[in-house]
Amino acid sequence: MEFGFTTAAYVVAAVLFILSLGGLSGQESAKRAVWYGIVGMGLAVFATLIGPGSGLWLLSVILIAAGGIIGTYVAKKVEMTEMPQLVAAMHSLVGLAAVFVGFNAHLTMRSVEKARAAGEAVHGTFAELVAHKTPVELSILQVELFLGIFIGAVTFTGSVIAYGKLAGKVTSKAEKLPGGHILNASAAALSVICLIWYMNTGGLFPVLIMTLCALFIGYHLIMGIGGADMPVVVSMLNSYSGWAAAAIGFSLSNDLLIVVGALVGSSGAILSYIMCKAMNRSFVSVILGGFGGTSGPAMEVEGEQVAIDVDGVASALEEADSVIIVPGYGMAVAQAQQNVAELTRKLRAKGKEVRFAIHPVAGRLPGHMNVLLAEAKVPYDIVLEMDEINEDFPETDVVIVIGSNDIVNPAAQEDPNSPIAGMPVLEVWKAKQVFVSKRGQGTGYSGIENPLFYKDNTRMYYGDAKQSIGELLNKIG
Amino acid sequence: MKIGTPTEIFEGEARVAMTPDSALQLQKLGYDCLIQSGAGAKAGFADAAYEAAGVTVVADAAALWAQADIVAKVRPPSEEEVAYLTPEKLLISFFYPASNEALMKQAADLGASVIAMDMVPRISRAQKMDALSSMANIAGYRAVIEAGNNFGRFFTGQVTAAGKVPPAKVLIVGAGVAGLAAIGTSTSLGAITYAFDVRPEVAEQVESMGAEFVYLDFEEEQADGASSGGYASVSSPEFREAQLAKFRELAPEMDIVITTALIPNREAPELWTEDMVKAMKPGSVIVDLAAERGGNCKLTVMDEKIVTDNGVTIVGYTDFPSRMATQSSTLYATNIRHMMSDLTPGKTDGTVVHNMEDDVIRGATIAHAKDVTFPPPPPKTKAIAAQKPKEKAPELTPEEKRAQEVAAFKAQTKQQVTLLTVGAVLLLGVGLVAPASFMQHFIVFVLSVFVGFQVIWNVSHSLHTPLMAVTNAISSIIILGALMQIGSGNWLVIILAALSVFMAGINIFGGFLVTRRMLAMFQKS
Repeated sequence: MEFGFTTAAYVVAAVLFILSLGGLSGQESAKRAVWYGIVGMGLAVFATLIGPGSGLWLLSVILIAAGGIIGTYVAKKVEMTEMPQLVAAMHSLVGLAAVFVGFNAHLTMRSVEKARAAGEAVHGTFAELVAHKTPVELSILQVELFLGIFIGAVTFTGSVIAYGKLAGKVTSKAEKLPGGHILNASAAALSVICLIWYMNTGGLFPVLIMTLCALFIGYHLIMGIGGADMPVVVSMLNSYSGWAAAAIGFSLSNDLLIVVGALVGSSGAILSYIMCKAMNRSFVSVILGGFGGTSGPAMEVEGEQVAIDVDGVASALEEADSVIIVPGYGMAVAQAQQNVAELTRKLRAKGKEVRFAIHPVAGRLPGHMNVLLAEAKVPYDIVLEMDEINEDFPETDVVIVIGSNDIVNPAAQEDPNSPIAGMPVLEVWKAKQVFVSKRGQGTGYSGIENPLFYKDNTRMYYGDAKQSIGELLNKIG
Repeated sequence: MKIGTPTEIFEGEARVAMTPDSALQLQKLGYDCLIQSGAGAKAGFADAAYEAAGVTVVADAAALWAQADIVAKVRPPSEEEVAYLTPEKLLISFFYPASNEALMKQAADLGASVIAMDMVPRISRAQKMDALSSMANIAGYRAVIEAGNNFGRFFTGQVTAAGKVPPAKVLIVGAGVAGLAAIGTSTSLGAITYAFDVRPEVAEQVESMGAEFVYLDFEEEQADGASSGGYASVSSPEFREAQLAKFRELAPEMDIVITTALIPNREAPELWTEDMVKAMKPGSVIVDLAAERGGNCKLTVMDEKIVTDNGVTIVGYTDFPSRMATQSSTLYATNIRHMMSDLTPGKTDGTVVHNMEDDVIRGATIAHAKDVTFPPPPPKTKAIAAQKPKEKAPELTPEEKRAQEVAAFKAQTKQQVTLLTVGAVLLLGVGLVAPASFMQHFIVFVLSVFVGFQVIWNVSHSLHTPLMAVTNAISSIIILGALMQIGSGNWLVIILAALSVFMAGINIFGGFLVTRRMLAMFQKS
């Protein structure tokens, strides 16, 4: 009877989770969708607590409450620009939890074996479940928990490093230990050997070695990926945390874990795919780090970068009828979104058409720019995707590029030898006038010269984005 | 310093280089303004209006030239006027240095500086002082009005109780500033407007003004305007023939033809030949804006309006801007004011700094420090970006399109079937070895992945960050595993499970709350 209730609750929770993800197809329905997720989670936890086999429920409730307080505090305090770090940090928690649960499964299995040998009864649901398994099922269980621990461990260290990079605590450059990917490959090979060893002996030792290997892979893999590829990395880790949960679900024979793990896993995988496509790079080349080799010398860039002062930008904006703003990571770094939003409000109040063009990989997290602009109360119906707005650039009077570089680089279309050749970019240079707000003359993350900055209709508006937009605000009455 | 404007002495010239408004602005720059008595009268600006704006009215030209350090006027100076120049004086006016070399030499020898408003380079920064463009704009507008004045019918088509009136057809040759202004005026009066230009890149501008661009059936690559600073250049004989043939075809239909074709420093090209004039209907009007340089039509008589034997009126006036003196004086005076503003880096000290390093000032200066400084070196910045060769995608016939669609559909089907087959085979393979209890979970897994893929594709791009946060929160479903294990007897298991529950707890609350916070921020305008 009780068990039946738990299963029923799981089915409801699974449906709620699917609705929760499906609801994210639109801004309005998304607000409802989160509640589906919350209710689903509450139901699942409640059903498990009152369900068979869970002991120490008081301790569990206290721990959840304690975790909840910390989680609530962090969620309330976090700045929207810090969202990528937060997401990465949370992935690491899921990864670590998966590792622990995997170890527990292993320990339980051992104790069940011992109990069986001694002819004693076993305690706990999971232990009882294990006790009923046939030898084939047991070895499958071993593979499952082994996988769960492996993926969990990779997710854990990977997310920690990703957090460090995004928070600026670890260098965002791509760095590898001598040996590069050979090290990763050998660690992976060692893990496979451990798996075989574990299947035969069932001891704790191979699992520990494999865990160390996996921790190393997670660390080294993400260290080797540069800052601009972080959107892919974060969504990839998101995917991993899902797969880890699914693997654990298999080993615990818990269908809800499997369902949710698979949902999260596929969601992360799709996000990674979308990000990769937006950068015209294959998933493998992102994971292996660094840009692919070029097939010839890059096109020479001719001309000079012409600077402009705040009055020039202000008067051009006064005269323009249509303005498109292209924000990038630089806007997030300089925390300029409030000023940009204020500028938008002022220009719109004057009856000008102001829109935002968002490249899929702008920022360090999928949809990063959308969230920042939303925080600054920019209405979402003027924030458009690349495909929606690219055709409108030729009819646009003024484009303001704020802290983005590669995503507006015409070399992607014009220079077949460019490392980013073929990457879809925002065609800002087709507008009548382009202002680039940038700190200095340097190249962007990828180190590629941007011919946009040398075009005749481009003017460079040097300075910290927040400050320069702020000055602009004073000039525009 | 003092800036003064004398009365224009050129016959029929009604414009004036300073208006009360521009004088106010000049005073803000720190200059004292002088004007010769009656200078603005023909443009509708009385002496009293100048006085009210704080301008000193000077009785005659001699006094004005003597007092002013800077003289701003419209027409090129006459010989007597040049004689007034002394060292350190600055003259700003139209000058046409290429055809007035003697005067230029004379001015340079006297040691005065001369800025020719017609030499202002065509770069974005200098647009505000581009007097040629502002005058051409007026000329284009006035040309249409002048044509309408001589045309016996409506521009716009009308169906009235008294019968149907067909709309006038207007052809504008040359889509420079004047041409575009004429197009705008003509279309807003309701005429069907056609326009032609040798520079194919202006087709877009023409169409944006509401006229139809007349394309030639001609293969040869036309040099675009970028290499010559946005101006037209001489075309090949073959091109010219194709062009004339097109005009011949259009001539009988057109009611009004406005020609504005000029090539810098050359006689105007003949585009509207005698036989085309003959082919036109009686009552038609030709306005030749190139009359000063010989005219695009050889029948044009400069500064006169003639009627041909077949009743076609040809207007050859050259003083269109002067015919709208109030408007053109306002614009010209503003151009002068912008020029002064660039010449006054101090902005309020009323002192001219003749910076010969500045592209615009250098380009416009034709005499400075006893030297003739014409022609100027090419400007450092190019006026207009070079056109990229356009690749036109070949038009597909409906059959080809259909075939492509079918092929795409087939490829898609093939891909899906392959994927499904491979998936099914793999699944069956697993089913052969794995025990039933595993298969049960495996089916759930496969279905969930499938559902996940279907659902996530619909998530809107802008919600990717909330999606990550929410998946993060629900991936802490791993808490279920920990909850199931926490009841075990082993203390190590309990500790690990407790830690997992704790971490998952952080994640659940943090994830959902942060998602809610983000979503609450998305607002519609």
